[in-house]
Amino acid sequence: MIKEYKTIREIASPLMIVEHVEGVTYDELGEIELPNGDTRRCKVLEVEGDRAVVQLFESAQGINLAESKVRFLGHPQQLAVSEDMLGRVFNGMGQPIDGGPAILADAHNDINGLPMNPAARAYPAEFIQTGVSTIDGLNTLVRGQKLPIFSGSGLPHAALAAQIARQARVLGDNETFAVVFAAIGITFEESEYFINDFRRTGAIDRTVVFSNLANDPAVERIATPRVALTAAEYLAFEKDMQVLVILTDITNYAEALREVSAAKKEVPGRRGYPGYLYTDLATLYERAGRRQGKKGSITMIPILTMPEDDKTHPIPDLTGYITEGQIILSRDLHRKGIVPPVDVLPSLSRLKDKGIGVGKTREDHAGTMNQLFAAYSRGKDAKELMTILGEAALSEDDKLFAKFAEEFEKVYVSQGNNTNRSIEETLDIGWELLSILPRRELKRIKPEFIEKYLPKN
Amino acid sequence: MSGRVTKVSGPLVVAEGLADANVSDVVRVGSQHLIGEILNMTGDSASIQVYEETSGLGPGAAVVTTGMPLSVELGPGMLDNIYDGIQRPLPEMRALTGDCITRGTDVPALNREKKWDFVPVAKPGDKVIAGDVLGTVQETSAILHKIMVPRGVSGEVVSVDSGEHVVTDVIAVVRDEKGKEHELTMMQRWPVRVARPYVRKYVPARPMNSGQRIIDTMFPIAKGQHQLAKWSDVDIVIYIGCGERGNEMTDVLMEFPELKDPRNGEPLMKRTVLIANTSDMPVAAREASIYTGITIAEYFRDMGYDVAVLADSTSRWAEALREMSGRLEEMPGEEGYPAYLASRLAQFYERAGVVECLGSDERRGSVTAIGAVSPPGGDISEPVSQATMRIVKVFWALDSSLAYARHFPAINWLTSYSLYLDTLAPWYTEQFGEAYMQNRTKAMHILQEESELQEIVRLVGQDALSPADRLTMETAKSIREDFLQQNAFVDEDAYSSYAKQFALMDLVLRYDTLCRDALAKGADMNALFAIDSRERLGRAKMADAASFKADYDAIAAQMKKEIEEVIAGGEDE
Repeated sequence: MIKEYKTIREIASPLMIVEHVEGVTYDELGEIELPNGDTRRCKVLEVEGDRAVVQLFESAQGINLAESKVRFLGHPQQLAVSEDMLGRVFNGMGQPIDGGPAILADAHNDINGLPMNPAARAYPAEFIQTGVSTIDGLNTLVRGQKLPIFSGSGLPHAALAAQIARQARVLGDNETFAVVFAAIGITFEESEYFINDFRRTGAIDRTVVFSNLANDPAVERIATPRVALTAAEYLAFEKDMQVLVILTDITNYAEALREVSAAKKEVPGRRGYPGYLYTDLATLYERAGRRQGKKGSITMIPILTMPEDDKTHPIPDLTGYITEGQIILSRDLHRKGIVPPVDVLPSLSRLKDKGIGVGKTREDHAGTMNQLFAAYSRGKDAKELMTILGEAALSEDDKLFAKFAEEFEKVYVSQGNNTNRSIEETLDIGWELLSILPRRELKRIKPEFIEKYLPKN
Repeated sequence: MSGRVTKVSGPLVVAEGLADANVSDVVRVGSQHLIGEILNMTGDSASIQVYEETSGLGPGAAVVTTGMPLSVELGPGMLDNIYDGIQRPLPEMRALTGDCITRGTDVPALNREKKWDFVPVAKPGDKVIAGDVLGTVQETSAILHKIMVPRGVSGEVVSVDSGEHVVTDVIAVVRDEKGKEHELTMMQRWPVRVARPYVRKYVPARPMNSGQRIIDTMFPIAKGQHQLAKWSDVDIVIYIGCGERGNEMTDVLMEFPELKDPRNGEPLMKRTVLIANTSDMPVAAREASIYTGITIAEYFRDMGYDVAVLADSTSRWAEALREMSGRLEEMPGEEGYPAYLASRLAQFYERAGVVECLGSDERRGSVTAIGAVSPPGGDISEPVSQATMRIVKVFWALDSSLAYARHFPAINWLTSYSLYLDTLAPWYTEQFGEAYMQNRTKAMHILQEESELQEIVRLVGQDALSPADRLTMETAKSIREDFLQQNAFVDEDAYSSYAKQFALMDLVLRYDTLCRDALAKGADMNALFAIDSRERLGRAKMADAASFKADYDAIAAQMKKEIEEVIAGGEDE
């Protein structure tokens, strides 16, 4: 039997203290019944003796110390999962908000998930073609990877994420795909941008949307990515689907976490974020992956806006330690009109090496990738030198590298948001650009590939 | 002795009624028997860090102390295995509980059913002391596991029992001076936070061969010292994935069994113990994982083996320390890390070293500790980097701008250092003659000069440089690209023997010497930079172990001929 308590002692949003409780456990979900019959949700953050500190998911407005009732439900927050979730829209707590019926649950899963046994993981090694050259050619995405987009305010990360969601496919495969989209504290317009794009391409029928918008309760955001990942885990590992999870924006999530931590008066870590931010983010990101003996997979693209475009800010910094690389957008390139403005040099996919080469992409992929990176890096240095000293100060080779860097940005990077390039096209464009350089500088490519692929002109 | 939980806040639990328990005892919490460790005691109440998720735990739950500190089981069965941070075998846990780690799973670290063929070395009547070898077990095809007399036991061997045994069987009986008989098994327990004893420590005198040119030649690491697993010439590798990414851990798990030991062609896993505590696994176990790893390393060291411990990464470990410290509401030190961060790090690294092991045969063993530090935003002024650099003698600075330019290994040659050059120089000289260290010094000098010249070039352009300085820049480029850069994905290049490293460096520097000589004779600089053998030099590192000598001789001969032609050409005009 579930007990009701009318012993709320203190409310300091988003926290509430309930006294004289019995049998309440850590992380348990609770319901608050207001005098007017409304119910709100909360969860237990700390229990000490008969006193429980709970976190409200919604506003504290209207909660009355004398009249409101609290019930503890005996389990952590759960999500009702079923294949019927596809094509539906839910709020950040996992309740339907599209006017459709409630989900007939196949199971009720704990939204916190469980850590995956490293011995049970299968290594991500299947190439995903996103049709974006800077990703496919240079920062290759593989199935089961978590590859965030580090963006800044006012940069077009949404357009890139939508392009990836639209174009991503695994070569030569016929499997069921699904997209799980979690809007975490973003604006209605940004959320609509994604949903319209899914609708336009028909992807909406294979998409589950969890929506916590900027005007929804901030603390609910702590649950939103967990709810979304619980749905993704169900679709991937129970229903054998290839799931792409887009979480946007992780910065809003971390801020909600900070809000609760500050209310609890915890010792703050860097920039006021709680000391456990790293572990907390890890429990989200590490839910991506593949499992041995399971067909499905979770590939994750979290998006975060870096405050002041600062990569060393705790959120991008800690994210980078958990995810397998990052795609970084550049304000300079964006101003130059490069679309998508992917900053190639600091971007990285740590899992690319297992996803490229013979049988996956093409034999020359690894060599040309390294050569393009090295040449672009040298070309950018040369261009910098040119702005200080003038073109005359450059050696003949450096002039060619500067020209290469220019062309590389214009042709390779700036493909637009509607061009879907096959991996062969991407590699061939790379060769075309490398032919600008003297052949003896192509040290990173095996001579036989230069012979075979370098355009002869 | 059983207590009751009074408070639960994440992984931190407070329980009362534990007056009889000791600080650092392992306790079992609640009906799921979650594993925890006592951190502090006040009166009869204890603060406990729980190594598993505490969701669903509340006041009133029972807490039982085991009366023992956090310990590992040491004996046959550790190699070729993979453990979590508190030594639970992950493959067996998977068999038991499925793809995810459920709570309260209790699996012994050493398999209790597997039989090992025990071959006695000691005979009844032998006098033995702690550390003496009682017998051996061929644990894997690569490693002979020595069963040693545990600490605190010495006397006369009464009996030994050869043949097939499980780890808990009595394999020997030793009678001490007082006539007490000790029944010994193949398994020992050891508390992880206590260093295993040895007779004495030595100053390291031999480098550890990693096969990486920038490390072996430029910034060597001494065996038995603080500070690359695949190619290291050690007997045992302990890899601690401390807060690692799950997929990277899987990569290690998949790669190690396939990697062949360069010495005997056996899979590397046969001499490896993996400890995986990924970042989503409970934070308290992450804190414990590096102690679990180094204790296992010390145990193998005690057998007389050379052991490498790779802790990836100590920054994640320090984060775990900070997180637990925050939950304990301790006063934070620098950047929120606890004030004891530096002393804990020092304690860990100091457990490395070359030692004379316990036992009467005076055997030596070593533990080399290599810790990865990943400073936020690459800024090494932060506390974990600084505390680490104060302790260690070798430091490899990974540089993101090198990584952007795809210069791998991305170790910065100007900021890295090794304080072992002097102690190790005699070894290099003995093996390869004086030229090895002379070349190294010369190469470092050229690289240093290059960085100064680059400043000038940035200001006034490279035309302002004299031909000799231009040559320095050209040679430095060759050292960087043709020597330091090493491609781990190309078989011929992934591992360089000392002989190949020496020959390659010699070849690069020979180009410098010949050109400098030619410039003095008035040769044309641009013609010298454009000779055909320059391109061959660029690919010289790809020569395989069998043919590199002949190959390099050929390049050197061609180089000499072409440079002479350039000199002659200059004279003709």
